[in-house]
Amino acid sequence: MTSGKRSVAQMKPGEVAVIAELEDDFISLKLMEMGCIPGATVRFNFSAPLGDPICISISGYELALRLEEASSIAILN
Amino acid sequence: MQAQRQLKIALVGNPNSGKSSLFNMLTGLNQKTGNFPGVTVEKHTGISRLPDQTQAQFIDLPGIYSLYPRSLDEQIVSEILLHHRSPDCPDVVVVTVDATNLKRSLLLVTQIIDLGLPMVLALNMMDLVAKSGISYNLISLSEMLGVPVVPINARTGTGIDQLKTVLSQSIAPPTREIFTLFDEAKHGVKELRETLGTDNDYEAYQFLQQPASLSFLSSDERSFIDQLKEKHKFFPGKFHGAETVQRYGFIQSLLDEVTLKPRPETHQGISTRFDKIITHRIWGYVLFFAILFLVFQSIFAWATVPMDFIDGLFASLSNYLTDTLPEGPLTRMLAQGVIPGLGGIAIFIPQIAILFAFISILEESGYMARAVFLMDKIMRKFGLNGKSVVPLISGVACAIPAIMATRTIDNWKERTITILVTPLMSCSARLPVFTILIALIVPDKMVWHFFNLQGLALMGMYLLGFAAALISAYIIKFLIKVNERSFLIMELPTYRWPKWSNVGYMIVDKTKAFVFEAGKIILAIAVILWVLASYGPGDHIERAEEYVLEEASREALAEHELEDRIAAYKLEHSYAGILGKSIEPVIRPLGYDWKIGIALVTSFAAREVFVGTMATIYSIGSEEDQTTIKSRMRAEINPDTGGPRYTPAVGFSLLVFYTFAMQCMSTIAVVYRETKGWKWPLIQLVYMTILAYVSALLVFQVLS
Repeated sequence: MTSGKRSVAQMKPGEVAVIAELEDDFISLKLMEMGCIPGATVRFNFSAPLGDPICISISGYELALRLEEASSIAILN
Repeated sequence: MQAQRQLKIALVGNPNSGKSSLFNMLTGLNQKTGNFPGVTVEKHTGISRLPDQTQAQFIDLPGIYSLYPRSLDEQIVSEILLHHRSPDCPDVVVVTVDATNLKRSLLLVTQIIDLGLPMVLALNMMDLVAKSGISYNLISLSEMLGVPVVPINARTGTGIDQLKTVLSQSIAPPTREIFTLFDEAKHGVKELRETLGTDNDYEAYQFLQQPASLSFLSSDERSFIDQLKEKHKFFPGKFHGAETVQRYGFIQSLLDEVTLKPRPETHQGISTRFDKIITHRIWGYVLFFAILFLVFQSIFAWATVPMDFIDGLFASLSNYLTDTLPEGPLTRMLAQGVIPGLGGIAIFIPQIAILFAFISILEESGYMARAVFLMDKIMRKFGLNGKSVVPLISGVACAIPAIMATRTIDNWKERTITILVTPLMSCSARLPVFTILIALIVPDKMVWHFFNLQGLALMGMYLLGFAAALISAYIIKFLIKVNERSFLIMELPTYRWPKWSNVGYMIVDKTKAFVFEAGKIILAIAVILWVLASYGPGDHIERAEEYVLEEASREALAEHELEDRIAAYKLEHSYAGILGKSIEPVIRPLGYDWKIGIALVTSFAAREVFVGTMATIYSIGSEEDQTTIKSRMRAEINPDTGGPRYTPAVGFSLLVFYTFAMQCMSTIAVVYRETKGWKWPLIQLVYMTILAYVSALLVFQVLS
């Protein structure tokens, strides 16, 4: 296990973090266009009742994504 | 009329930016819906007059988040904005922006500025921004971006006149270049510009970045670009991420400059509070199914009143024409073929209007995105999308509007699967077939003093259809191969009151699309089926009366009995009758005879025709009510066994056949319309027919 590297998928409701990098090339371009760029503040709002997808706040709006996509967004902690 | 200068104005913006409201505001009912050539993407255009009397043609382009397309819809926008030498290239681009969401929206704005097309930035929802205590310095925003900025409210119409005034003045193309090319990209861009002569660097850069999604490039241009890419080591997506980061950097400093009061970073807005309930683990689903039930109930129940009215209207029109026009083949064709065919199109309008009223309200209010959020995980397992739930449930009322509703699904594969399986949901047209067959073979008994056995059987048919839809989706998921990876990155827009005029425009738009596009095919098939059922080889049809009279000379028949006998005789000897007889060997293993065969052929027009055909063929056409047909069918003897024709085995076999078979020409027509081709409707017809045949065969063989 790499030294405690976390992704948005592991955040808890209400937690705020800063995006470190995007690890999935295909998805990252789309995520960046939607405002998920390294250095941006991300807040984990809540997850869907079945645990997936999740809702985050980014660039001042709410974005829904699946855990698969969320796990490609590494955060600083 | 002399050729007038017509300004072509493209409306571009993020989804949910209020672009469609603005389009409706600008053009009113002067709208046309077509398709972009060669693709299924809808093209909305509308005409409006600007203050200086210039005519402007507005084109409402699909909502996008960036110039790099992810779907066919988005690709259209990139192509239109990048093909500067096309006659369709807009003279002015109006970029609509949700001002409450300025940061993300500006990404697209900066990309379009770099394309160098004359543009106007329309800042929508400025009232909401003001309410949240923020203010933007619009003058410096306009200066820093180098484009005119107009604050508007697309819901109330505030600022629309000002926007029109700005549009009527000549707008200079923006000269600012926001994105600075990376050094590694400069040589390639320079070389491309020298050879192909693009207007500016960013356009050339886009050609190099994504030639595959620009279908207007000629093969020469394409191979030249490929060489350049090779030479300068361009590969798709190489600079894309870095470009986005650079743009957001610019946007952040721009916002720091123009924001007069910084936005408080809270996430406790009204939407968040709503979401606590709407996406709650219990209340979320309760509400979701309550809404679905309301939609289902209203298509099922409320639509019947106007549908009965339309039915009656066309029936009396048909009678009127028969009575007034001179008797002849043309009159018969008109009164019995064309008019009922037109009626068969119009009958769907109430259901389509009601379903799309709901869909429009759900989308406008922001609920649809939450429905996807709630259902995504479950539906994904079956190769479907959270949004597939609405078409599937609406399919229980009628597959026609349901399939049209799949437009809201962005992912091509998930949308196609939804279209393919929706007709397996038991629609209301199957109900008359189900009730008559169930009444025939299932005893009217109570189980455990509470459940009616017939009711249980009916529910079982609905569940069977639903299970078949999910299982088929699961199987088709593995059969359709695409390189498109399934992902969900979706904005959850803030909750808003729906704008009722937008709901109205949506209803008009969808109804028109159905009537004029699917309607043509429905009418054609209806007329063909009518010809098949009313004409036949030889003189059997013309001389039906003589033949029947001869046959029945020893029986004393009342006049209406004789008429019924003649109708049955005619149907038996028509092309449809011959077809029914000729497929008898094929359907015999299912337990059917040629009479059922004829019903299968004619009910291809619509499933409920089965009942009417049964009535005609058993010579009880003039007293077409369920009890008579039922007792007549019950009395029918199978000559091979000497027992009743409609044994439980045959009955269940027929029930299963009607549950699975694609016995509906209107569905085929609408699938053709939605997929723009015959490939998918034919695949669907074949797989559903095979499924129906094999299942009915199994049921009959096991039960008998």
